[in-house]
Amino acid sequence: MDALDVAGLLALGFAAGTAGGLLGVGGGVLFVPALVVFAGMSQLGAVATSLVAVVLVAVVGTMRQREYGNVRLRDGLVIGLLAPVGVLAGVVLANAVSERVLELSFAAVQVGFAWQLAKEAGLR
Amino acid sequence: MRLAAIATAAGAFSGLFGVGGGTIIVPLLVLWLGYGHREATGTSLAAIAVIGAVAAAAHAAYGNVDLGKGLLVAAPAIAGVLAGTALQQRIPERAVAAAFVVLLLASAAVLVL
Repeated sequence: MDALDVAGLLALGFAAGTAGGLLGVGGGVLFVPALVVFAGMSQLGAVATSLVAVVLVAVVGTMRQREYGNVRLRDGLVIGLLAPVGVLAGVVLANAVSERVLELSFAAVQVGFAWQLAKEAGLR
Repeated sequence: MRLAAIATAAGAFSGLFGVGGGTIIVPLLVLWLGYGHREATGTSLAAIAVIGAVAAAAHAAYGNVDLGKGLLVAAPAIAGVLAGTALQQRIPERAVAAAFVVLLLASAAVLVL
């Protein structure tokens, strides 16, 4: 890694953390490509390594949001603890259905959510 | 019951794509459980902390985690999350919703392309 790579990691890391705090996501969507492009990691290594950053962002973000009164801790922990069941289902599904179909399905789900959230917030 | 459904959906998408729990948890908390957007994002982070810790431990057991590089990208991200949560308290809830809609559409576009 040269200075430019380190600068890239710092910039994308900051952007991912900001998105995490603002939008309640882990930021993996930015950490993973940052680690592939600027740290020369494999996709698998980057996904695994990004989780270190995702956990730290999520823990710090949760603590901050708790001070603001925006965390229902019990609900969050229940979702977190039950999610591994879904992970298993997802891994089975990933091996049964073509990747392109999965990508397009996930995209369709996200567009559906976007439309409903926009409607709910009166943005249309 | 709905919490279990949200958990399964978020976990499934994480298992499928490696990332993506938050883009499922936040909309479902808002649409199904009537959460405000700030509450949904804060609660989503609590869930992600647990999901991420479990996944990180599993990946670490296989020796796939490079802790040094992880901390290098995490350091600016921690500064970012402090900035992001502070900013979120200062903008209208509708603006948070609008930003999330943009995130969902961008994420969908990346998947399709």
